[in-house]
Amino acid sequence: MMGYESQGYEEAHLYASREEMESLVLDEPSNGSQSHSDSHNHPLSSSLPFAEIATDDDPMLSSPSSLMHPQNPNSSFNSILEPPSYADAIFRSFDGDHNSNGEINSHSSSGSLSSSPSFNSEYIRISVSDPQKEQELANSLVPGGNTYVTYLITTRTNMPQFGGSEFSVRRRFKDVVTLSDRLSESYRGLFIPLRPDKNAVESQVMQKQEFVEQRRVALEKYLCRLAAHPVIKKSDELRVFLQVQGKLPLVRTTDVASRMLDGAVKLPRQLFGESVGVVDPNEVVQPAKGGRDLLRIFKELKQSVANDWGGTKPPLVEEDKEFLEKKEKLQDFEQQVGNLSQQAESLVKAQQDIGETMGELGLAFVKLTKFETEEAIYNSQRVRAADMKNVATAAVKASRLYRELTAQTVKHLEKLHEYLGVMLAVNNAFSDRSSALLTVQTLLSDLSSLNSRIEKLEAASSKIFGGDRSRIRKIEELKETVRVTEDAKSCAIREYERIKENNKNELERLDKEKQDDFLSMLKGFVVNQAGYAEKMANVWEMVAEETSGYVKEGS
Amino acid sequence: MITQQRSLSGSSQSPRSPSSQPFLSVSVTDPAKMGNGVQAYISYKVITKTNLPEYQGPEKIVIRRYSDFVWLHDRVFEKYKGIFIPPLPEKSTVEKFRFSAEFIEMRRQALDIFVNRIASHHELQQSEDLRTFLQADEQTMERARSQETGIFKKKPADLMQIFKDVQSKVSDMVLGKEKPVEESNPEYEKLKHYIFELEDHLAEAQKHAYRLVKRHRELGQSLSDFGNAVKLLGACEGNALGKAFSELGVKSEILSIKLQKEANHLLMNFEEPLKDYFRAVQSIKATIGERASAFRQQCELAETIKLKEIDLNKLRLTRSERMADVEDEYEELKADGEEATRRFETIVRLMNEEIVRFQEQKTLDMGLAFHEFAKGQARLANAIADGWRSLLPKLEACSSSQH
Repeated sequence: MMGYESQGYEEAHLYASREEMESLVLDEPSNGSQSHSDSHNHPLSSSLPFAEIATDDDPMLSSPSSLMHPQNPNSSFNSILEPPSYADAIFRSFDGDHNSNGEINSHSSSGSLSSSPSFNSEYIRISVSDPQKEQELANSLVPGGNTYVTYLITTRTNMPQFGGSEFSVRRRFKDVVTLSDRLSESYRGLFIPLRPDKNAVESQVMQKQEFVEQRRVALEKYLCRLAAHPVIKKSDELRVFLQVQGKLPLVRTTDVASRMLDGAVKLPRQLFGESVGVVDPNEVVQPAKGGRDLLRIFKELKQSVANDWGGTKPPLVEEDKEFLEKKEKLQDFEQQVGNLSQQAESLVKAQQDIGETMGELGLAFVKLTKFETEEAIYNSQRVRAADMKNVATAAVKASRLYRELTAQTVKHLEKLHEYLGVMLAVNNAFSDRSSALLTVQTLLSDLSSLNSRIEKLEAASSKIFGGDRSRIRKIEELKETVRVTEDAKSCAIREYERIKENNKNELERLDKEKQDDFLSMLKGFVVNQAGYAEKMANVWEMVAEETSGYVKEGS
Repeated sequence: MITQQRSLSGSSQSPRSPSSQPFLSVSVTDPAKMGNGVQAYISYKVITKTNLPEYQGPEKIVIRRYSDFVWLHDRVFEKYKGIFIPPLPEKSTVEKFRFSAEFIEMRRQALDIFVNRIASHHELQQSEDLRTFLQADEQTMERARSQETGIFKKKPADLMQIFKDVQSKVSDMVLGKEKPVEESNPEYEKLKHYIFELEDHLAEAQKHAYRLVKRHRELGQSLSDFGNAVKLLGACEGNALGKAFSELGVKSEILSIKLQKEANHLLMNFEEPLKDYFRAVQSIKATIGERASAFRQQCELAETIKLKEIDLNKLRLTRSERMADVEDEYEELKADGEEATRRFETIVRLMNEEIVRFQEQKTLDMGLAFHEFAKGQARLANAIADGWRSLLPKLEACSSSQH
């Protein structure tokens, strides 16, 4: 760009577009940084999925056109990034092109690069849209009533159990809570994706656009994750939720207070020990819930204290070494992922910052160029202005590249946040296991104490000739209790084994999906970084070339 | 491209064929910390290579410290009004930074450039003070330095004051009204305006350059921390994935080092030249101040002469005996007036030459700085691209080994 004697004021027409560039650049940083800090922070913290599938929608990976490695077809780089012909630095950012809503293909093995073909034919896609305010009709204590928001949940699927290919229902958040609770009860031991938070906020906030939109996104993510789980996607609960019109027929977990209030007739008596009653042994299959099974909770607590502090070994222990090893490894993993996800956030911020500063530098030079050109008296000034303009343009371009790089990096490293959520689901599943074990242990302890009481009574009454009426009656009662308790114990053991099996299967699945997901995350990250670095190198190489004349000979 | 016009080799490179061409080449090297505690300072070796007759011998080495350079600057500023004196690097205000390797190197480089600019300026190189600086032994230097301090020291506040004085008025006693004493030269006005605005622009550019250096360092640090965390995660996975992670971690750390290197390169080869440009503009402001002051002196003398003339004429009419004395005074004043006018006009002439040279030089300096900036960024980006790309086959190997 040297020796541009004639360049003079031809540049004037470019300054209109430079103003554009200035205003463009000045506008976008506030939007740009807003949008990706949003996408980075908030929807992720509430709904934490298990192995979110599909970086399929990432054009960087899927596009076949490759800029960098002709001999390496996998490391593709979308030609969208090559800006259209531009006079100076304007090229559109393509952040908006990415589809970030929850349409995913439900594969049993996740990861865009490693999908096992046998499941490809089955799909389910769920979208959440159209939030509407509705009025609560009955039970409103306040005149005017409560308003709540419902969402339209649309499902498209070819799975046979749905008996339909496309259908919609309206659900409110309470329904989602119900679904989540029922799933937790029915599928203990599975790594069930966590539902979005309840967010106890005032009704005013509830109705704000932003909040509703956040929730919509979170709900969609949640439902898609459920649909991605190989067991849960076939569950009745999910099907009912997605398909059955009208009021959701999943019964909520029984309300504690109302049970207490109506005389608590059906308190599970198997743990009472004193009186005999008709007890549904299957009640043991549910963990003790707060309030509902007060006595049971008390007993299980006593048992767990005895486990931890008592001198004797509990009647049954977790013996599965493999499981314990895996659990420990997962705890380690959880910690490291947490750490890495923090560092990833810092990295993203540092990238963002350097991009911003580069942009500001570019702008400062743009202004300086304009100034020199307008005030130029000497030709040396014009030459300098021309050089400066090149540098300014390059700096602004580089700044945009950094911004796009950052947005992409966020998308790739999001997986880390997701796995933190996965670990929560894993921990839930492990708690299911330990609480089931505790129930078994408690029942065993109970049985042994019942039996020893029977023994004592029998021994005492045998000393009395003819028997002791009251004692004999007592013994009968106790034996009845023992029978019931034995049944409960069998149930509890079955349940415990079932949960253990679930844990085992899920751990295998997690292992595999973890491998796939993380590898694809790493690849995505690396391709992204390499691609943008290359683009930046091109930009700067041009300027270096144009200014190469200034280098002194011999230096 | 503007070809470089340098009458003498001004850098520390080896001189051209020593036979006929006069040359004067200086280098400032080997910074060394001297003394202890509060009194500690850095000394530099100043090596002069020349074939000029005014100088002792083909090579001379002396030891100088920062305040010696300040002395030279101030002397030259006093004696060569109108010339844009090459700027000095600033005194460091932050105590702990004073002895950091980075600061010392930056300063050494700036001092080297400073002396060479003086040595290669066709007028300044004739300066006797330069000869003293380059050749005198340390005691002579110290003596000279302590004599001059206080009189010629110009602090930034003083420059501001000088500039305010441009606005000062000389009361016209005859007419009884005040008039501002400023040149009414539209071209010169334009120049002043240009210099002031340029200073603002450069201040901003330099600020962003400084921040950019910092950002490079921060990114380097983040990437290093990220690499560590990746490695830790890899350690708790086994197998292929663990390996992939640890490769990524290692690569991150390598690239982080490249970022730090580039930060340093950016500092020395881009930020420093920008700062130098900024300082040069401030030096021009100082010269503008000198010109204003010379102009004011000229005006004041002109006024005084006029008054004296009136006085003299009065005395002529009354044939006072004081007339002879006053005549003498008048002649003296006239001589002073001519001297002041000559001084002012010299400044104007020199400034006109200097501004042309300044613009040309700055185009060269900035052109090189831009080149280094772009080159450094390209080099960094390529290293990053290559580094990450080299990982891909390894990552591919990891995933294919699973299936």
